[in-house]
Amino acid sequence: MPAAKVEFVQPLSAAPRVPLHQLDALWLQVGGTICNLWCTHCFISCSPKNHSFGFMSRRQVREYLAESVRLGVKEYYFTGGEPFMNREMLGILSDTLALGPASVLSNGLLLSPQTARALQQMAADSPYTLELRLSLDGFSAATNDPIRGSGTFRRALQGVANLVQAGFLPIITCMQSWPEHEHDQVLAGFREALAALGYTRPRLKILPQLRLGREAERERGYLPVERVTPEMMEGYDTGLLLCSSSRIATDRGVFVCPILIEKPDAKLGDSLAEALRPFPMRHQACYTCYLSGAICSNYAPARDA
Amino acid sequence: MNLGTTDFRRIVAFGGVYNNYLALTALLREVSRLQPDAIFCLGDLGAFGPHPNRVYPLLIEGRVQVVQGNYDNSIGHDLQDCQCGYTDPRDNYFAQISYDYTLAHTSPEFKAYQRGLPPFIRFTALGCRVLLCHGSPRKTNEFLWETATPDHFLEKLFHDYAADVILATHTGIKWQRRLAGNKLFANVGVIGRPENDGHTNVWYSTVEFTPAVKVEYHPLAYDHLRLAREMAEEKLPQEFIDTVLTGWWTTCLEILPGKERSRGKF
Repeated sequence: MPAAKVEFVQPLSAAPRVPLHQLDALWLQVGGTICNLWCTHCFISCSPKNHSFGFMSRRQVREYLAESVRLGVKEYYFTGGEPFMNREMLGILSDTLALGPASVLSNGLLLSPQTARALQQMAADSPYTLELRLSLDGFSAATNDPIRGSGTFRRALQGVANLVQAGFLPIITCMQSWPEHEHDQVLAGFREALAALGYTRPRLKILPQLRLGREAERERGYLPVERVTPEMMEGYDTGLLLCSSSRIATDRGVFVCPILIEKPDAKLGDSLAEALRPFPMRHQACYTCYLSGAICSNYAPARDA
Repeated sequence: MNLGTTDFRRIVAFGGVYNNYLALTALLREVSRLQPDAIFCLGDLGAFGPHPNRVYPLLIEGRVQVVQGNYDNSIGHDLQDCQCGYTDPRDNYFAQISYDYTLAHTSPEFKAYQRGLPPFIRFTALGCRVLLCHGSPRKTNEFLWETATPDHFLEKLFHDYAADVILATHTGIKWQRRLAGNKLFANVGVIGRPENDGHTNVWYSTVEFTPAVKVEYHPLAYDHLRLAREMAEEKLPQEFIDTVLTGWWTTCLEILPGKERSRGKF
């Protein structure tokens, strides 16, 4: 079957609605869509030239943090683009770690030994955990660089090494671009490559493909049948979905989730309070979340017990 | 379940028996010396160790009041897994071995008992509203780790669930935090396996109701060599036995936040 060229968006009346059970995770698009890389699988096509979303200022983040405290938010995630391109990132993290646990999704290229040490000091000064999630898309330059760019494997590994040396156990994140039967072999390859630089107990997080943005061009977009229907939601625990427990703040308002910030209907308001309403699973990317659960979180949320 | 207003001055609380009937035996011996006003187990009677059915009579004889954990809910309802919420394939592999063993070796009577356990217990002691749960008041299998649980999140729980003291477990690592207004959250620890600190003992809590509620943790030694021997006889994974013998977790690690993970060996 040929790949779909145009994303299918379900009519509102046919899309299952997911209520926000409780705002547990606040995401912040601190890097906007600005990145130092042009990864061929980026689902929001971030690049040095994509200014659809800009850096968030420390002042802007502080306002969202203040609102999040009133709402009882449990954890904070920072993404982009590349968060460490934002010159206020360390200050933003310092503000956040005074309030709760923080995770940063980074490509690792800007994590010098000095930055890693500064981050470790910040983590040591906080009662809360600071998680660094670094993206690699293969366990060698030959497998990673065609996706993330020439020389990125070596430079990202240096970032990992700097973090490990500073005392972190970074979470290595990777989009699964290999067939299922190669899975164990690929994971073993990651462990070996990381052990070689001193990271002997790596934390690995494998993500499914999100067939949006450049990834839709690299491999394929969603097929028309790949969508969530009301029937599929019968008996399904919506607590597994990120949109039932999180929202993402950007420099242009609050959106339902990190994957859909480029969809105009995914903007829910300018404040968190305005964004606490249900969201219809009308986009085809919702199908990936349906299959895989809260893929963006460090850990899947608790299921109904 | 609401026990109403009580005259409790001191209670014993613990979580995660994980089939460790030897630790439970040792605890009940301690309790007879402490003479608390009540004993509470916050759930997860099965998993990890050998001989699930040996736990049941001890709970009854010891008059332990039990909150239903996710494991108890699964075993009680003959579900296919423990609902622990692991995402890592290796963690799930070992969790499933543990679950399948426990399910296969739990009697129908013990299953019925676990099925009937309350998801939380409330009481008032010295004017203090106490809520006992397994993971969190809102979700049986929610992990509340010390370094991943902000003050303002706990404040919301105290407000939403009308409590002054919340006692929980589920994570396997004890911690407590006092907040403004004399609110106290405490993870009471587990007696089923050591807490990833390189020591073979396990932990239980005493809670004293004085004008300021006080939670104290107590190390509990038990015959861990015998437990390891019996686990081997039951052909439980060597990884589990290593944990009993060394005090370091070898499985179910990916769920830990970075700070807690860094403190362990693996």
